[in-house]
Amino acid sequence: MLDLTPKELKEREALIINPAKTCQPIGAMYAALGIHRCLPHSHGSQGCCSYHRMHLTRHFRDPVMASTSSFTEGSSVFGGKSNLKTAAKNIFAIYNPDVIAVHTTCLSETIGDDINAIIADIEIPEGKRMIHANTPSYQGSHITGFSNMVKGIVNYLAESASDHPEVKTDNINIIPGFVNPADMREIKRITSLLGIPYIMFPDTSGVVDSPNTGKYEMYPRGGAKVDDIAKTGDSKATVALGKFASEQGAFELEKKCGVKPYVLKTPIGIRATDDYIMKLLKLTQKEVPYELEEERGQLVDIMTDTHMHFHGKEVAIFGDPDIVTAMTEFCLSLGMRPKYILTGTPGEAFSREINELMMDVAVNYQVKAAGDLFTLHQWIKNDPVDLIIGNTYGKYISKAEDIPLVRLGFPILDRSVHSYMPVAGYKGAMRLIEMISNAILDREDRDAEDCDFELVM
Amino acid sequence: MNANIKTLDERQDFIVCNKKDNRAIKCDKNSLEGSVSQRACVYCGARVVLNPITDAVHIVHGPIGCASYTWDIRGSLSSGEETYRNSFSTDLREDDIIFGGEKKLAAAIDEITEKNRPKAVFVYSTCVVGVIGDDLEAVCRIASEKHGINVIPVQSTGFAGNKAMGYRAACEALMRLMETENAHSPDVTRAAKQPEGNLINILGDFNLAGEIWIIKNYLREIGIDVVSKITGDSTIEEIRKAPAASFNIIQCAGSMGYLGKLMKEKYGLPFIKISFIGVEDTVKSMLRIAMMTKNPEIIEKAEEFTEEQASITEFQLGKYRDRLRGKRAAAYVGGGFKAVSLIKQLKDLDIKPVLIGTQTGKKEDYDNIRELTDEGTIIVDDSNPTELEHFIKTQKADFLIGGVKERPLAYKLGIGFCDHNHERKHPLCGFEGAVNFAKEVDASVNSPVWRHIRTKI
Repeated sequence: MLDLTPKELKEREALIINPAKTCQPIGAMYAALGIHRCLPHSHGSQGCCSYHRMHLTRHFRDPVMASTSSFTEGSSVFGGKSNLKTAAKNIFAIYNPDVIAVHTTCLSETIGDDINAIIADIEIPEGKRMIHANTPSYQGSHITGFSNMVKGIVNYLAESASDHPEVKTDNINIIPGFVNPADMREIKRITSLLGIPYIMFPDTSGVVDSPNTGKYEMYPRGGAKVDDIAKTGDSKATVALGKFASEQGAFELEKKCGVKPYVLKTPIGIRATDDYIMKLLKLTQKEVPYELEEERGQLVDIMTDTHMHFHGKEVAIFGDPDIVTAMTEFCLSLGMRPKYILTGTPGEAFSREINELMMDVAVNYQVKAAGDLFTLHQWIKNDPVDLIIGNTYGKYISKAEDIPLVRLGFPILDRSVHSYMPVAGYKGAMRLIEMISNAILDREDRDAEDCDFELVM
Repeated sequence: MNANIKTLDERQDFIVCNKKDNRAIKCDKNSLEGSVSQRACVYCGARVVLNPITDAVHIVHGPIGCASYTWDIRGSLSSGEETYRNSFSTDLREDDIIFGGEKKLAAAIDEITEKNRPKAVFVYSTCVVGVIGDDLEAVCRIASEKHGINVIPVQSTGFAGNKAMGYRAACEALMRLMETENAHSPDVTRAAKQPEGNLINILGDFNLAGEIWIIKNYLREIGIDVVSKITGDSTIEEIRKAPAASFNIIQCAGSMGYLGKLMKEKYGLPFIKISFIGVEDTVKSMLRIAMMTKNPEIIEKAEEFTEEQASITEFQLGKYRDRLRGKRAAAYVGGGFKAVSLIKQLKDLDIKPVLIGTQTGKKEDYDNIRELTDEGTIIVDDSNPTELEHFIKTQKADFLIGGVKERPLAYKLGIGFCDHNHERKHPLCGFEGAVNFAKEVDASVNSPVWRHIRTKI
């Protein structure tokens, strides 16, 4: 497996081998699925839409619906205006969504379609909405695409009803970032326990984890409602979870409606969850209910029960920047030593945040943004780790180097149930501990000589 | 009209109710703008055909997505090299779009050839490359000379046609590979004169779940040797030798029929289209291959072998037939040829095909499908989830045969599913495959899980 990877590291300028990211449009598609009764629309070739749906379907194991402008040679010469106009007409006629969320592709961006102008020229049926985000595949990554669609949602749908922008409701806006629906559910549950009214957007819970009823619903019950998103302009504050996926949307809302943004880490791990709750308390003057206190106490109890398994264990963490940053922090909380920390998404903020986290820790580590898994593999070949944490693509390195892999992030293509169980919040942290310690202990069992094989661990 | 489905008028001509309405079915057309088509693009077609070549480096020249979504997704197995399981991309960025990507591509080829001298490099063009106009031919020619290996451009710009155009681009790339070796080879001329030899090429099998190994073994049993497997579990060397064979057999005619035609023109190799799906077509195909050799010994062996295998299989299928009798099947597959074989296979299991659709079927395929299916069977071209849902319900299908995107749709509707595409985990070809197919359908259709959908709490 991966015999091609040499130990010797050499700087590459032009070639990416085994990417740790994908392109913007899929992130935009995922964000758009987080609007109730919304059909994401891919303005480009058919292949893009097909690939994104396939990839999302494999991760969530749920139907993922999206339409395409079906570009042909002609559209690439004359522009995709007529494609999009016809598409909008057809979509409202057959699929009848409340919202069409258009995202662009490298093709339509390069030929220079002006989506704003095209949408302005489309007759949108009464009560229906059409929004868009520019998502050129040659910038950023799928996380950038998610972020851009969140911005698009704000641009088109957020409103400030009051003439006095200083008059705000008690609502807190929550932008959850590119996380699984289970994490969105968990973040909402915690917020509800605190007794805080909120509007989460995008919210894919109830859309890509919809229940099986024997009936197929093209638009399941979940997703942020347009009316609710409209109210976000009057909310007291916006909490953006994850710098890379959520910050821009929150800033946009501040610009548009004067809602104050607060950018936090994705609440994965004990500290990031504490931070989230503390921030909410500060914003609302609420108090922590016993139920949450108890959960946190249970988590701490589990951490103390298991700390000897984690202490000093070296780990490689890769994936999307917001999740990797939070996970690095949690690994440090557990006494592990994050040795290689890598994301495919470009952006200096990533290394900066990781360096800050690692400041007080006396371990050697390597951090890289805009990296690929070939580099990660080379690092590991030169000096191995005890554990890899990342998405399914880590399984090649895991097999080649015989190192256990804990699956976290997007995409996970080879295991199920992950999108129904949170990694966010205290409950999510407990689950992560279970996953990580099981991986480590299973390995110890496997490697133990008969004489060292123990019943109680 | 055959069924009251909410669909666009333009789509009505792509749907017929067999032997009830005698309209010709419309097919082989571009998808409608705005449809949730299950189809892909030119690049996808080229990539799926060439990717199984195990010792080639496949560089995708474009933004990262096209490489990410196709990284090792085919499920093609290798008996040796694993190079093809890596994902290579030039990851074009904004600057490259503005200033052109040729330099980066040349550098990328340098980087991989310096690291690890591959047998050959395929360079795929993508949508954006087609628009910015990089001269792939020139870059590849210079790189070929510089490194002394085949660097072959694959003209697979996504929007320039449909998936079938991608198959053609792949076939052309394969021809170039053969031509470099065989321009003056005496073997080739010999083959052209003696079509009755026992050396053949298998075209259009991609070794999903190891299927090509099964076929190869069958052929060995009757005294036929395989020169070249195109492209499942193949190597560059092996493909170069293909013109030395006596004739070609073509399994997936949709993707490789064109290569058969080109090889006939260029090297005088005759071809026959065969299918190893289902017992009936497997037997027929083996006999036809044997007949091609005009060798009485081979023909006799083929008769004996197929008779023996068919009777063993018949015995094994017996218990499944009892469990599947009278079930109603829906199938939505890629090509028309596969659909035809599937219908025969279903009927052999006493299953009634009630809905048959293909993404890219041709008129003659649809004629065959109409001939083979009963009155009332719905036949549909380039369908979408809404139509599939509708007909699955009205036709009372018990299970669906399809690919990745269709699976969750079937499950949501509470019916069984069989993946007859990239995600098959057991070989579905030949005699073993016929049994596996019955076993898979049985395991899904007769699973107890469906009962829980109807139970309420």
